[in-house]
Amino acid sequence: MRRGRRQVMQERAAKQLNAEPVFTKVNSSTKNADAPAVIICCSALMRDILSVCKANKWTHLDVQCISAEVHNYPQRITTEVKALIDIAKAKQQQIFVAFADCGTGGLLDALLEQEQVERIQGAHCYEFFAGSEQFDQMQEAELGTFYLTDFLVRHFDRLIIRGLGIDQKPSLEPIFFGSYRKLLYLSQSEDPELQEMAQAAARRLGLDYEYKYTGTKGLLTPLAQFNQKIAVQLV
Amino acid sequence: MSEENYDDELDLSTLSDEELVEQMHDDLYDGMEEEIVEGTEILLERGWSADKVLNEALVGGMAIVGVDFRDGILFVPEVLSAAGAMKAGMAILRPLLAETGAEPIGKMVIGTVKGDIHDIGKNLVAMMMEGAGFEVIDIGINIPVETYLEALEEHKPDILGMSALLTTTMPYMKVVIDTLKEQGLRDDYIVLVGGAPLNQEFGDAVGADGYCRDAAIAVDMAKELIAEKRAA
Repeated sequence: MRRGRRQVMQERAAKQLNAEPVFTKVNSSTKNADAPAVIICCSALMRDILSVCKANKWTHLDVQCISAEVHNYPQRITTEVKALIDIAKAKQQQIFVAFADCGTGGLLDALLEQEQVERIQGAHCYEFFAGSEQFDQMQEAELGTFYLTDFLVRHFDRLIIRGLGIDQKPSLEPIFFGSYRKLLYLSQSEDPELQEMAQAAARRLGLDYEYKYTGTKGLLTPLAQFNQKIAVQLV
Repeated sequence: MSEENYDDELDLSTLSDEELVEQMHDDLYDGMEEEIVEGTEILLERGWSADKVLNEALVGGMAIVGVDFRDGILFVPEVLSAAGAMKAGMAILRPLLAETGAEPIGKMVIGTVKGDIHDIGKNLVAMMMEGAGFEVIDIGINIPVETYLEALEEHKPDILGMSALLTTTMPYMKVVIDTLKEQGLRDDYIVLVGGAPLNQEFGDAVGADGYCRDAAIAVDMAKELIAEKRAA
């Protein structure tokens, strides 16, 4: 008999399902495990959050991230976030979560309410980068819009093409992208190289291309609010 | 997955019925369309009824896929691949099933609500439901209430399925359900809802019969609710 993938996957999963969180990355901005506050974030936001922290000299904020690949298993997001919250609470750190709902169907919010931890608002990261009102307008303008951020442009091949299995099975492409008409790149940096890559991604998917610079204000505002709040508590 | 696990030279026709069905379960799992077509043809040539091939080889194989998807072992692309292989087998069986008058275990009309074009979840549910032996009429994306009502009238399904990915479009499910109520049609259908931003509370609030967190749950819930309705 030809041995299929089933046995291999099930054996692998049997180990994984009982394991501790698998997407948590030991990644820190401050190299200071005893920082008084921590931002628990998706790796898709790590670079921008570090840049905001650096620009504002928020050296007292640690940043811990969970791999963006967790989005392929949204049911695991709360488990992974909870694990980092537990670690932070054991160290008596103030906590802020930089994850959108990301398809948890409100489970993340339920966890955070229980843990009394705040998160960045919005259903998806492109929503808070664009701003909710503008995002709604963009959606209204073209329902079939596929959004990319700097992170998603950088990792387009790994997370979209390979991550969705399109490289192995091109017949999946119309199933995933058949309803989209436009690719809108919401950029956090004005980087011509990334813009070229985003255009190539649009061509690759056969979508119209549009570009909009958002910057990182959508991140800066909630992080500044968190920083202000903890500053009061730390005094 | 390393290549040594595969033996590309395997001649399916040399396998016993039992071995072939087992192999087809593995091939479905791996989304191998050509092999599923070949296996389906071999079983039919051996005198298996289309109904038996469907239930034992294809539905049985997709049930394994469904369980592993539910348990987080398989991810969406893999399930879509498996469903694609299932479809290839179904293309051979469908006309034969129609000839013999074999009844599906239930019928579902499914569509993504008005204002929303995100249909991966909906496609996945449709494929998994077909894989479980349901007849599925997929009416597409951006569906207004009038189109849902027309489809219900035309196809007379057991189940209406609605999906949404956006927090701005999911309230439209209530519009559809309220319209069904106004027209005295609500109790004629089992209404299932799903989509990333939804949760059980939302499903209850809009008056759905079930909220399906994922496609595997949708299949289980559909079977359960149909059994309950028929027993009532």
